[in-house]
Amino acid sequence: MEEKRIRLAHGDGGWATHQLIHQVFQPLLDNPGLRLAEDSTVLSLPGPGRLAMTTDTFVVQPAFFPGGDLGRLAVCGTVNDLAVSGARPLWLTAGFVIEEGYLLEDLEQLVESMAKAAREANVWIVAADTKVVGRGQIDGCFINTAGVGLVTPGRAMGSHAIRPGQVILVSGGIAEHGVAVLSARAGLDFETPVVSDAAPLTALIDALLAAAPGTACMRDPTRGGLATALADLAALSGCDFLVEEEAIPMQPGVVGACEMLGIDPLFLACEGRVLVFCPEEQADAALAAMRSRPEGAGAQVIGRVTGEGGRAFLRTAAGGTRRLEMLQGENLPRIC
Amino acid sequence: MCLAVPGKVVSIEASKAVVDILGNRRTVDVTLVNAGVGDWVLVHAGIAIQVLDQDQAAASVAAYKDLMDTIGMG
Amino acid sequence: MANALMPAGSSEALQTYVKRIRQRAESGGRPLRFMEFCGTHTTAISRSGLRSVLEGAVELVAGPGCPVCVTSDWEIDRMLAYCDVPNVILTSYGDLIRVPGSQSSLAERRAEGIDVRVVYSPLDAVNMAAQEPDRPVIFLGVGFETTAPATALAIADANRRGLTNFYVHSAHKATEPAIRTLLGQGGVRLDGLLCPGHVSTVIGADAFAFIPGEFGIPAAVGGFEPLEILVALDYLVEAARGMRPVGLFNGYTRWVRPEGNQQALALLRETFEPCDSPWRGLGVIPASGMGLRPAYRRFDAAAAFPADVPQPKPRRGCRCGDVLRGQLTPHQCPLFGKACTPSRPYGPCMVSSEGACAAFYRYSRDAAPTEV
Repeated sequence: MEEKRIRLAHGDGGWATHQLIHQVFQPLLDNPGLRLAEDSTVLSLPGPGRLAMTTDTFVVQPAFFPGGDLGRLAVCGTVNDLAVSGARPLWLTAGFVIEEGYLLEDLEQLVESMAKAAREANVWIVAADTKVVGRGQIDGCFINTAGVGLVTPGRAMGSHAIRPGQVILVSGGIAEHGVAVLSARAGLDFETPVVSDAAPLTALIDALLAAAPGTACMRDPTRGGLATALADLAALSGCDFLVEEEAIPMQPGVVGACEMLGIDPLFLACEGRVLVFCPEEQADAALAAMRSRPEGAGAQVIGRVTGEGGRAFLRTAAGGTRRLEMLQGENLPRIC
Repeated sequence: MCLAVPGKVVSIEASKAVVDILGNRRTVDVTLVNAGVGDWVLVHAGIAIQVLDQDQAAASVAAYKDLMDTIGMG
Repeated sequence: MANALMPAGSSEALQTYVKRIRQRAESGGRPLRFMEFCGTHTTAISRSGLRSVLEGAVELVAGPGCPVCVTSDWEIDRMLAYCDVPNVILTSYGDLIRVPGSQSSLAERRAEGIDVRVVYSPLDAVNMAAQEPDRPVIFLGVGFETTAPATALAIADANRRGLTNFYVHSAHKATEPAIRTLLGQGGVRLDGLLCPGHVSTVIGADAFAFIPGEFGIPAAVGGFEPLEILVALDYLVEAARGMRPVGLFNGYTRWVRPEGNQQALALLRETFEPCDSPWRGLGVIPASGMGLRPAYRRFDAAAAFPADVPQPKPRRGCRCGDVLRGQLTPHQCPLFGKACTPSRPYGPCMVSSEGACAAFYRYSRDAAPTEV
């Protein structure tokens, strides 16, 4: 690969990010834990029990958007990465890099949001660190969180457990976080009724797994959106998926904002949704369990695992079939 | 070659209108159309390029419905 | 988007309609070939699966209606040259950011530190100029008659506000000269033309009357929902098969008037004058570009920041020109899906989301999932 510099696309969670991981991080850091490539890494302890660990860094601009802020995102993101791996999230660490000149009241707001989200998720932030860099060296405030959780014994979920015949569900409307953040971005400037869906998923997942213990795999479709998550899981599992466009839940506000800007909602982030693969005979129970919770009220069956292949497909409302691939390049507003 | 989206005019002040697109609101330049509050306009790159012809819209809806009914029966 | 103002039609009814159109098309012998001029139509047709359903009876060929795709390599290089203007804020529609010039792209220059900003509207660029009066703000104007009015309004806005740091590079192009060139060149046999729906709202449906009038083939202005596209295709098939007279059909009357938007056209005439313009795939077409009139010279980026940009060597192996002319389908390009993919695009037809190659790649590369 002839690229000499990091491009913005390398951070979008799509194809370019994957290339970077495979080109730089994985080969150099290589170890059995890192190779697993799921949302969290599950590690065996000496003795019984398994831990899940994960980390994520949050740099969203703007830091404050309808429905949430960077702080809330920083806690929910890591909590959810643990929860979708079947772990009970327990402890988080938080590292702050703050630009000189940042308003103290903004920082306080972010930390308050973190505290609130941590209470909702029933986790403790047990260690933290702060660095301040000169004005202009970063933009505002970046937060890294790392999380540790305990994996319920007997649970062996992951892309490896996806099988033909399973049903694909999503817990609610997609692209809400993505649209909320876009609306607050300078230069795009529109008011939206859409608010970020950022929320901890632990309780929803507990309910889901209690009703559908055969659930094979879960993922929170964050950066790169639903399409990237589906394409990635299809490739990892070696199975083909078929998703029905008409079945994917989307608020009218999301549809309108994306139509206006020319952005595909399938590639916009969710921060409080879970994608679920479960056996056909447990699908009804899974759906009912998710819908029984407010954050899962919009849950829908969106498709199924059809066979072998490693590809994700979308059947469009008008009857065509579209191959879904990971986000390639940035998701930019367009005029044509 | 152009993504344009319909929106409803919510308010107008001089050459700028607030337009509602499925709940989203944006300020749109309406210099090039004769639009009033409540009209539907076609929005492209931050400007309104046309106002919906209500009569034609109604006629189209009716025509399409007829067509689909005929085909559905055929 | 299924417009709340019109019914989408049930899937079964749509499928029956397609079959009916197909039967009529098949009644006459060799397959009919229509060109959809507009990139948005290409995407809509691919996405709905219409292209494959009509295959064999009606061949739908993508035309040069993607403004980014038809912008020549030299013109891209010319726009990239503005990156060297000291302290510049370069504003652009998102469509242009990844398009490769002969050396680089806006995305790459941004990675090197140039302040490149995506805007949804050129009016936003004017606001940026007002907010940062000490820096030159250049807006890269691409697009056809649908988009050029926004640029014209932006110039009027900057003028009214007395801004001295706002500039426009106009690479805007006109639709009619390109269609004339295409039909006149005779390289591709066409039985009808699906006319761009949103360009028509500005230039008017009547602007396409020359197609049946001078070239003897039917033209239909179509909307973007599958049903609207089918209605337009239905007309083209019937006219091409002699079941109705060859003429111009307006299938998008709720937005397209015969005369278009006269205020917008007047503003375009006042702001721009025709100039010769290079089109990828079609060569230099006289009077097909929109250049800023002398009265607006102080907003002209090319005048304020001249640069000597050499004619780039033709991109080896790239067949975008042939694809844009309708002489090659994306699948027929040797690079398609191999050396040229959306993640590593070689030519603009693959970069632009409305480029024919990108549309074909997304929607028709692999037919369907395997079923167990």
